[in-house]
Amino acid sequence: MSAVLEVSDVRKNFGGITAVNGVSFDVQEGEILGLIGPNGCGKSTLFNCILGQLTPSGGEVKVDGKPVTGLRPSELNRLGVSRTFQLLQVFPKLSVRENLILAGQEHRGSMTSRLFGRSDAGLTDAANQMIGFFKLDHLADEPAGGLSYGQQKLLDAAMAFMGGPRLVLLDEPAGGVNPSMLSDLKERLAAINRERRATFVVIEHNMEFVMSLCSRVMVMAEGRVLAMGRPDDIRRNPAVIEAYLGH
Amino acid sequence: MSDLLDLMVAGLATGAIYALVAVGFTLLWQTSQTINFAQGEFVMLPAFFMLAAMHAGAPFWLAILIGIGLSMILLGLGFKLLLVDPMLRHGVLPLAIATMALAIGIKEAVKQFFSAEASPFPSVVPAGEASILGRAVSLQSLGVLALAILAVIGLTALLNRTSLGRQMQAVAQNPNVARIIGIPVERMILLTFLINAVLVAVASVLITPIYLAKFSSGEVLGQAAFIAAIVGGFNQVRGAIAGGLLIGVVDNLSAAYISTQYRAAVPMILLIAIILFCPQGLLGRAEERTV
Amino acid sequence: MRELRKYLPFALSAAVVAALIVVPMNFNRYGLFILSQWATMTIAAMGLNLTLGYAGQVSLAQGAFVGIGAYTAALMTTHGLPLAGALALAILLCFAIGWLLGYPALRVQHHYLAFVTLAFSTLAFLVFRNESWLTGGTYGISNIPRPAIFGFATNRPLPFYYVCLGMLGIVTLCMWWLIRSPWGRAFMALRENPIRAQSLGVDTRRYTLMAFAIGSALGGVAGVIYAPLTQYIDPVPFNLSLSLDLLMMVIVGGSGFFFGPFLGAMIAVLLPEWLRVTEGYYLMLYAAAVILLLIWSPTGILGILDRFLAERRTRAASAKRAGTKSQWETVA
Repeated sequence: MSAVLEVSDVRKNFGGITAVNGVSFDVQEGEILGLIGPNGCGKSTLFNCILGQLTPSGGEVKVDGKPVTGLRPSELNRLGVSRTFQLLQVFPKLSVRENLILAGQEHRGSMTSRLFGRSDAGLTDAANQMIGFFKLDHLADEPAGGLSYGQQKLLDAAMAFMGGPRLVLLDEPAGGVNPSMLSDLKERLAAINRERRATFVVIEHNMEFVMSLCSRVMVMAEGRVLAMGRPDDIRRNPAVIEAYLGH
Repeated sequence: MSDLLDLMVAGLATGAIYALVAVGFTLLWQTSQTINFAQGEFVMLPAFFMLAAMHAGAPFWLAILIGIGLSMILLGLGFKLLLVDPMLRHGVLPLAIATMALAIGIKEAVKQFFSAEASPFPSVVPAGEASILGRAVSLQSLGVLALAILAVIGLTALLNRTSLGRQMQAVAQNPNVARIIGIPVERMILLTFLINAVLVAVASVLITPIYLAKFSSGEVLGQAAFIAAIVGGFNQVRGAIAGGLLIGVVDNLSAAYISTQYRAAVPMILLIAIILFCPQGLLGRAEERTV
Repeated sequence: MRELRKYLPFALSAAVVAALIVVPMNFNRYGLFILSQWATMTIAAMGLNLTLGYAGQVSLAQGAFVGIGAYTAALMTTHGLPLAGALALAILLCFAIGWLLGYPALRVQHHYLAFVTLAFSTLAFLVFRNESWLTGGTYGISNIPRPAIFGFATNRPLPFYYVCLGMLGIVTLCMWWLIRSPWGRAFMALRENPIRAQSLGVDTRRYTLMAFAIGSALGGVAGVIYAPLTQYIDPVPFNLSLSLDLLMMVIVGGSGFFFGPFLGAMIAVLLPEWLRVTEGYYLMLYAAAVILLLIWSPTGILGILDRFLAERRTRAASAKRAGTKSQWETVA
């Protein structure tokens, strides 16, 4: 059975700077892989290369065995890959429910059916379910721009799941979330991972978050994979400690 | 065949003028995301300042200086402070529309306050012909070409060899980083507007003798400048120069060899071809998809 | 009270529609002509609003599409063919041309469509002017007949005004449907945040192309009504100035707002009429007015209204948030 995500020797250069220098790894179905490393180690660039936001200078990316290197983000999304953003990107003028309907509508039917069919593309129930799951019920009709930061983060995550993705790449989901919500966010993500067998790759700086949520952790430094293994092993790995302290 | 050489030189001459205008246009876009749809009118207007000065009795050389000065004040400083600064933070488009309205306003003002008729304008270059390689070439074209090339060389020298010019280039490439490393970004942007004002004034002096001073002459010129800027690649000064020269030559040659009815179409066709087959322009850099 | 507030927009619309039907019955020929022109321009502006306000693309060819629609209608009706046929053909033609123009340009970069449409606008005008065997060249096409709708002749100003109004009504309903559909949501998404939209599977290129093609088709529809309105067309009205005028209408009315084009067209058609007393200065004043309006509110007239409403909404939302916290945010 092929891995959900296979990254082979991906490289990315910007002029003279090599941001990603030959990274290879696999992610199996149902896994939650954490991606950590000091600032500037290439995590976000790697993400963007996988997601089609940037075209890799070399190497290959495969999703469920299909090569997807250099495909556009919208095409990748329709193949079952979605993401959350480090800098919040909800649609502030739309209501919470509308945001979720938007997030799922491109996966329903064809262009034509979406023009002549129902205004909500039949997604109101699914959206309400998602709202319930992330406990945003009382905010369902509020414009997303009026939500608090933490609430918007939840919405962002919810949007990523509306399309029923196989693989979700989360970019610093815990960033800026106040501590009282963090454990609940973690719990919700773990629940969705279990219930839908969704595979995650999570970039995070919050060590405690990563170590407790992820089944495996990959450490990057200077554009390369420094270490890969279970959270406990990584925590004790001297090279990893060095990479963080040495910065 | 003697025609061809004369046409080429004339084409390069008008092309060099287009290049000046296109460079100013590109600089404004690069440093401050301003698309100036009134650029053609900016070239048309200084000639009228100069004509007014001469009517008031000033000698030609003084009128030119006055024209350049007024251009810098109104089309450089005034334009930036009154139109660009208030609107820029709201995005590229409202400002672009405002410059469209500005173009109309300037055109109508000239038509109303000066005249709807074309007025002659003295040339800096003597009339007559010179002999090159045994062929007759108009002195006007040679003179204009020489002066325009001088202006372009001067500008390139300023941009590449002076510290000021390099700072401006830094601002054009990445204003945020430029600010961080201590470049006075706002002052540099103002400088770009002033330089544009000088460029259009110089272009005005060079081109008005040929096409006469008329309120409507900005339209064709403005269009030529846009096309030159795009053809050359919207993000490179060198490209704007190359684009301008190319458009000038193509325009002149097509006037001679293609029916005048569709002459205006030729630069447009060139534009579409470039966009289709060479989207970053002749010399431009391909823009990455941004994160 | 909340119940009543919900019905306010409907009541308002009904009142406006009623006024548009009843009040002009007392207008003279010229007044009806101006109002019919307003209706026509609103249709073209609505198309441009779709391209620009919803999909975020600048088109400088909307005037050319109006011209294509007008010439199609003029040619067909002066040869005895029905206006409805011209309408269908114009829609298909403009949609197809829009698609053809947009497809390569959008492969490239965001703002290049503006320049391709600029080129097309010039080319179209040249064709209108030069190909006299088809278009009558600078002499144009005259004696364009007015259609018979369900057997009623519309040669007089008031009946034809109702034709224009009816067309505007139909177009408005179609646009309303479009904006409410998932397509409308996708358009809005690609205007607000194309990167996020892409990450959600919205094929931004295809939707942008669709918006541009549909918008162009609406330009054609406006042209099909314009020809029998003026009953004489020549190339002059369909040059770049019309495209720029339409662009201004959209921006001044409020780009991206559903009723923006209605207001913008009203200003563009009525304001010059009022300013005409100033004779030679009226265009300058118009230009100055547009510049000042844009400096004051770059989001147009409806933008001002929207800002006002948004401020009230955020104040209400903060109050609500302060009152009820989410189930997660319980005080520890």
